[in-house]
Amino acid sequence: MSLIIQAFAWIFNPIHYTTTALGTGIPDALTQHLILTGLSLAVAVVIGVPLGLFIGHTGRGRSVAIIASNAARALPSLGLLALLLVILPIVPWLPSNYLPNIIVFAVLGIPPLLAGAYSGLESVDRQTIDAARAIGMTEWQVLTKVEIPLGAGLLVGGLRSSVLQIIATVTISSLYGQVSLGTYIANGLAQHDYVQMTAGAILVAALALLADGILATIQRFVVPRGVSRGASKKRNTARGRGIAATPGKPIMEGN
Amino acid sequence: MIAAGVIIAGTSLLLAGCSSSSSLSGGGSSSPAPKESVVVGSANFSENVILADIYGQALAANGFTVTYKLNIGARAAYIPALESGEVNLIPEYSGSILDFLSQSATANSPSDVKAALDKALPATLKALTPSTAADSDSLNVTPAFAKANNLKSIGDLAKLPSVTLAANPEFQTRPDGIPGLQKIYGLTNLKFQAISDGGGPQTLAALLNNTVQVADIYSTTPSILANKLVTLTDPKSLFASQEVVPIVSTSKDTPKLASVLNKVSAALTTADLLELNTEVSGASKTDPAVAAKNWLAKANLF
Repeated sequence: MSLIIQAFAWIFNPIHYTTTALGTGIPDALTQHLILTGLSLAVAVVIGVPLGLFIGHTGRGRSVAIIASNAARALPSLGLLALLLVILPIVPWLPSNYLPNIIVFAVLGIPPLLAGAYSGLESVDRQTIDAARAIGMTEWQVLTKVEIPLGAGLLVGGLRSSVLQIIATVTISSLYGQVSLGTYIANGLAQHDYVQMTAGAILVAALALLADGILATIQRFVVPRGVSRGASKKRNTARGRGIAATPGKPIMEGN
Repeated sequence: MIAAGVIIAGTSLLLAGCSSSSSLSGGGSSSPAPKESVVVGSANFSENVILADIYGQALAANGFTVTYKLNIGARAAYIPALESGEVNLIPEYSGSILDFLSQSATANSPSDVKAALDKALPATLKALTPSTAADSDSLNVTPAFAKANNLKSIGDLAKLPSVTLAANPEFQTRPDGIPGLQKIYGLTNLKFQAISDGGGPQTLAALLNNTVQVADIYSTTPSILANKLVTLTDPKSLFASQEVVPIVSTSKDTPKLASVLNKVSAALTTADLLELNTEVSGASKTDPAVAAKNWLAKANLF
């Protein structure tokens, strides 16, 4: 218990807020953590969401996507990072460690986004989609005006899972020289400074909870009024897809 | 990092689970000379595993019953295991183990380090005679950087306006790490980048792509020769002597065991360490146990 109290004292100690030649202050570590999370998430969204929407809209490639994204989840992030740091060249316009880190964390972030997108679209009642086609909507209109709004709850649920996993895992980048909140965890362990290590863990957990809270609020607002209540079990079972995804909860992909 | 913690915790559990087997045969000194049993452990890097294999095979050839618990982890994991008797023998490096046991240690020369180590070790552990083979910290720069800035010794780094050094995170606080570089060599221009791989491939990559300009790499690492890195000399002996020394449980420290390990230590040289590391972590990827066996055969031991 006293370790936790000491860790909070460490966090609130003003000397840990300035960056020196030898140590990184909390604001700079947080900034790096957020930049890496943001860039990795952006890459993951650009790849995962359109692919998920395509699968959800057409119904094609679902099993391939599940197998591929589950396989990607089995990749050990630390091993992949160690490999990429050695084999990838330095990109002149990016800080030295960014490219390998972004690739690793984007690979981590894609599966939940993909699953959120296709299960979001699949959660939309087929009769609604048929009705949209019947009144003359184009496929693009069906996607953007019917499927995405109605599936938005699960889509953002996928985003939530993705953000949480990336925020938690960016810590490992600090084992190989990248500054992040994980720096305190790595340094604390190596220097037998368990107060610093606990403080780092608390900071990461706090950041993850904060991000999840913000996204949960967004998730509530993006779901059109009436949809979250209207998505009853009856309609889910009527479609017979057996996907027990519920708007308002994070997606557990691959089930 | 969390995973590493779990691994360490898991390893100690594993060790705790295995401890009962080794404690059975300790007290026996009855007439038909029952086989002495020894549990040989090692840290989690290949040189240490090779050394543990050499110790183990040498003892096995002399009638000991040897059990291996290799790749245990860092000192924080295996020293407690040694103290509790779950492991009886581990190859160590005199300066590093001394720093671990005594934060205020200042000894640098081989004989001072050994004397201080004998004092610092708990009663349950004993350091046998060290080998002259040594593997110490060494600061390395690329040949191009050394030439461009005319660098030969660690003190020459003071000429540069700013220089970034990569090492394990503990280097930042170790007395012979950054604090020593600042105090003994007056280097106030250092920036530090922690890379947790003990001077391995990540550290090398950062050095070669100029993310860092100086890297702490163990002196017997093959990558130093392979990349023609320039090792900065240490005229003020910042880095303590790091001779390979067997640390053994006092309860297992018999004259027979000591004589076997002393023969190994006497035969082992720094060049051997470099060669063994090259065999195991280089292109041929020789198994540590095989490399150990070949070395024993070549050294005509047992």
